[in-house]
Amino acid sequence: MEFFVFVCAALMILLGAIGVIVRKHPVHAALSLVLTLFGIAVLFVAQEAHFLAAVQVIVYAGAIVVLFLFVIMLLGVDRVENLRTEPLTAQRPLAIIASLGLLGVLVAAIVNGNGILNERGSGINLPDLQNGSDANTVQLAESIFSQYVVAFEVTSVLLVIAVVGTVLLTRKAKLGAK
Amino acid sequence: MISLSLAPTATWYLILAAVLFAIGTLGVLVRRNPLVMFMCIELMLNAVNLSFVTLARELNDINGQTIVFFVMVVAAAEVVVGLGIIVSIMRNRAALTTDDLAELKG
Repeated sequence: MEFFVFVCAALMILLGAIGVIVRKHPVHAALSLVLTLFGIAVLFVAQEAHFLAAVQVIVYAGAIVVLFLFVIMLLGVDRVENLRTEPLTAQRPLAIIASLGLLGVLVAAIVNGNGILNERGSGINLPDLQNGSDANTVQLAESIFSQYVVAFEVTSVLLVIAVVGTVLLTRKAKLGAK
Repeated sequence: MISLSLAPTATWYLILAAVLFAIGTLGVLVRRNPLVMFMCIELMLNAVNLSFVTLARELNDINGQTIVFFVMVVAAAEVVVGLGIIVSIMRNRAALTTDDLAELKG
């Protein structure tokens, strides 16, 4: 069963990722990105990360992709990009070689560390369905609000700075007019 | 080394994450539209998140999921700022690709 879920989610992820980089139309690329993000959320559920799966769907597939689509519509750049011509000579073969090399290095490292992974623990506590509590969310909350509470507060400062900075960046600057 | 049983092990998830990361890298290197390049960066972030969650389960450590939470928050802030920069650069011109952004050229 988990094998079936894994294969379906992996197909969603890879089809969506390839769609992002080969679709000419930016809107189509954004919709392919949604497919990938949902696949990732499915794999989060398959690995007992229930809270993160919910956040993935709400924040990524909801907010971030809507923001992308909003900016595409706002700028009017939803024109078809010509992917046939190659602006720089030999850029694409070099890019393919570089990413294949990166993939080879990563896979070699993973296969090399395979034995170490299997020696360690057997998994996070599964959700206790009998008592009606979700062990994953409780554990995550305990980690965030005890050990990493300072980092959590600093992220709120980061979000405020991001919002204020974006408002400053995008408004029509008439600083001397007023 | 890689067991071929029908239950997906952590290695499968990690290799899937590596493939996703490589596809995102290829997209950033190849595409010319800054918005699509941004989407490819999101692909790479998600690949890293997937491997964090896999290792959190495999190593029995909830901190792997905690850091994914923080990565998501920072990614949201990054997208907001990045799209703000793209909007402020591109509002007054018909520039479609990153090749047209040569403002700092002398």
